[in-house]
Amino acid sequence: MNYIDNIVFAILLIIGVGFFARNVKKLIRNIKLGKQLDRSDNSTARWKNMAMIALGQSKMVKRPIAGALHIIVYVGFIIINIEVIEIIIDGLFGTHRVLSFLGGFYSFLIASFEILALLVLVSVIVFWIRRMVLKIPRFWNKEMKGFPKNDALYILYFEMVLMSLFLIMNATDVPFQQADAGNPISQFLVPLFENFNAGTLFYIERTAWWLHIAGILVFLNYLYYSKHLHILLAFPNTYFANLNPKGKLNNLEAVTNEVKMMLDPNADPFAAAPEGSEEEIPEKFGASDVADLNWVQLMNAYTCTECGRCTSACPANITGKELSPRAIMMKTRDRLEEVGENINKNGEFKYDGKQLLNDFITPEEIWACTSCNACVEECPINIDPLSIIIDLRRYLVMEQSAASQELNMMMMNIENNGAPWQYNQMDRLNWKDE
Amino acid sequence: MNVPTMAEMAAQGKQPEVLFWVGCAGSFDDRAKKITKAFVKILNKANVEFAVLGTEESCSGDPAKRAGNEFLFQMQAMTNIEVLNAYEVKKIVTACPHCFNTLKNEYPQLGGNYEVVHHTELLKSLIDDGRLTIEGGQFKGKKITFHDPCYLGRANDVYEAPRALIQKLDVELVEMKRCKTNGLCCGAGGAQMFKEPEKGTKDINVERTEEAIDVKPDIIATGCPFCNTMMTDGVKAKNKETDVEVLDIAELIANAKDL
Ligand code: SF4
Ligand code: SF4
Repeated sequence: MNYIDNIVFAILLIIGVGFFARNVKKLIRNIKLGKQLDRSDNSTARWKNMAMIALGQSKMVKRPIAGALHIIVYVGFIIINIEVIEIIIDGLFGTHRVLSFLGGFYSFLIASFEILALLVLVSVIVFWIRRMVLKIPRFWNKEMKGFPKNDALYILYFEMVLMSLFLIMNATDVPFQQADAGNPISQFLVPLFENFNAGTLFYIERTAWWLHIAGILVFLNYLYYSKHLHILLAFPNTYFANLNPKGKLNNLEAVTNEVKMMLDPNADPFAAAPEGSEEEIPEKFGASDVADLNWVQLMNAYTCTECGRCTSACPANITGKELSPRAIMMKTRDRLEEVGENINKNGEFKYDGKQLLNDFITPEEIWACTSCNACVEECPINIDPLSIIIDLRRYLVMEQSAASQELNMMMMNIENNGAPWQYNQMDRLNWKDE
Repeated sequence: MNVPTMAEMAAQGKQPEVLFWVGCAGSFDDRAKKITKAFVKILNKANVEFAVLGTEESCSGDPAKRAGNEFLFQMQAMTNIEVLNAYEVKKIVTACPHCFNTLKNEYPQLGGNYEVVHHTELLKSLIDDGRLTIEGGQFKGKKITFHDPCYLGRANDVYEAPRALIQKLDVELVEMKRCKTNGLCCGAGGAQMFKEPEKGTKDINVERTEEAIDVKPDIIATGCPFCNTMMTDGVKAKNKETDVEVLDIAELIANAKDL
């Protein structure tokens, strides 16, 4: 009956990975609800961005304390996961520490895992203190209530538990401790278990082992619902990020065509549409819902880790306005999730009387933006909240003529006098003689 | 002051070295007109063959684009591009970071391809090439802080040219806590200049001016007519007009040279 363990393990693994695969599929489907956008150019620069910013964490360290702690957790997370390979082999084949045949190298590996586990544990505790004791303001903005706040804490608790389980597992592994190699941290935990007999120790070790792997599988499946999705999406997100100067906004092709028609005296407005364009649905200018945004903007929303660096640098938010670039990303994700759920339920999207604009993001928020790009600059994984704000403005102005009186005045002046104020274009050179 | 127009130049069959794009603020706003004139005086002094479009210039379209009105923006852009291309313009200089950004980054997609530089970049290259010399003179020993315009700094990564010019004046350049890539906006961008701010606890220009005043400068320097207005208003709001002056880099240099 020795196989029970292995079978249970295999089933657990299949369920865990299976659910994860299902979530990934949903995630990709939702991102693809966005409009197409070609970001296949300049792959050298893109790989470089990904290597520097996602892999190398170059933008994280702009805030040195948080950056350093994050690097520890990140490196720890990746390295310690090598251990998971061994756990999976052991679990499936009933072996114990199958890689120990590597001898000295194995001890070296496990020793570094232990040291990292301790460092991660300490860093995560510091993270918790920063949030809950020091109450660093960016973690307490008004969008960080309810789930977003708890989400961050759950992850910290999760990591504390996982790291502790790993160390306990090693500390209660009697043969491992007797070999006394690769246990620089766990050896100090051994005295805690001094009074336990061999049988109990064995069960503690086994329990820690099982909880550790089960915990990892649960964590894997929690990702989809959490800001922690960034550990995967940071990579494609930095790869596909905008490479143009930050001041450059995209050009709306559909508008270009119409404007050319208007400016060209020879154009025949009643001419038949060129071949193949009959099926073209009339374009909507700007965005009012998530499907009007492009897929990179939607991926941005899933990637956002809610760190609030953007919001803490936003001039509008700093001066008490409703706008928070982080909230723009969170609301976009919330709406996208809602649309995704709608599709899961109905097979295709069934109109639900809601949209991103107004129901999630209000005009008051988007009109407070100075387009200063501080949020874009700050984001450690190259998310671009400004592009969403501009697309929503475009919808308000071009589809709904819903700009404020003052802005309409400014635009009317540009149209009539070629300047945002009421001056005559013929007076443009008067300064010369004043 | 010698300010030839493109039309006059073309009539003489001449092509200027560079077109000076004055912009709406530089043409009409009383404060900004002083910056325009200061810059022209320097160009004259350095014998730069330049020309302006004069009445043929129209709004670059920046505030329309940032407000979401792509139609109006593209109408402006295409009209301007037609004029610029007809004169076969190659190089443009402007003292407005918003025009700078728009001409440099938004016009190429609509058929307007030019080498576009900010006036601080042009001034720096004039000095580097030995065509213009400046000595500290009247600013010697003064404390100056530089406010990075968003559309010059973050939007286009120009941080050094304005600072290099300030340092040539024998002054003490002091940096605010939020500077360069972390610079805080003055509050005017994204068409905010033309509307009342949304409900909040403070005005952005006051927040920024307080930060500038914290480093106790004699002068707040900037390179944008809109930042200039915002910071000037901020200084007024803090009742500091007697202690702190807000000046454009072009004005600093023109004053240093007694132009
Ligand atoms: S671009 Fe807009 S949202 Fe982003 S930091 Fe500036 S004002 Fe805030
Ligand atoms: S957009 Fe970027 S900076 Fe802002 S909260 Fe999300 S991850 Fe952080």
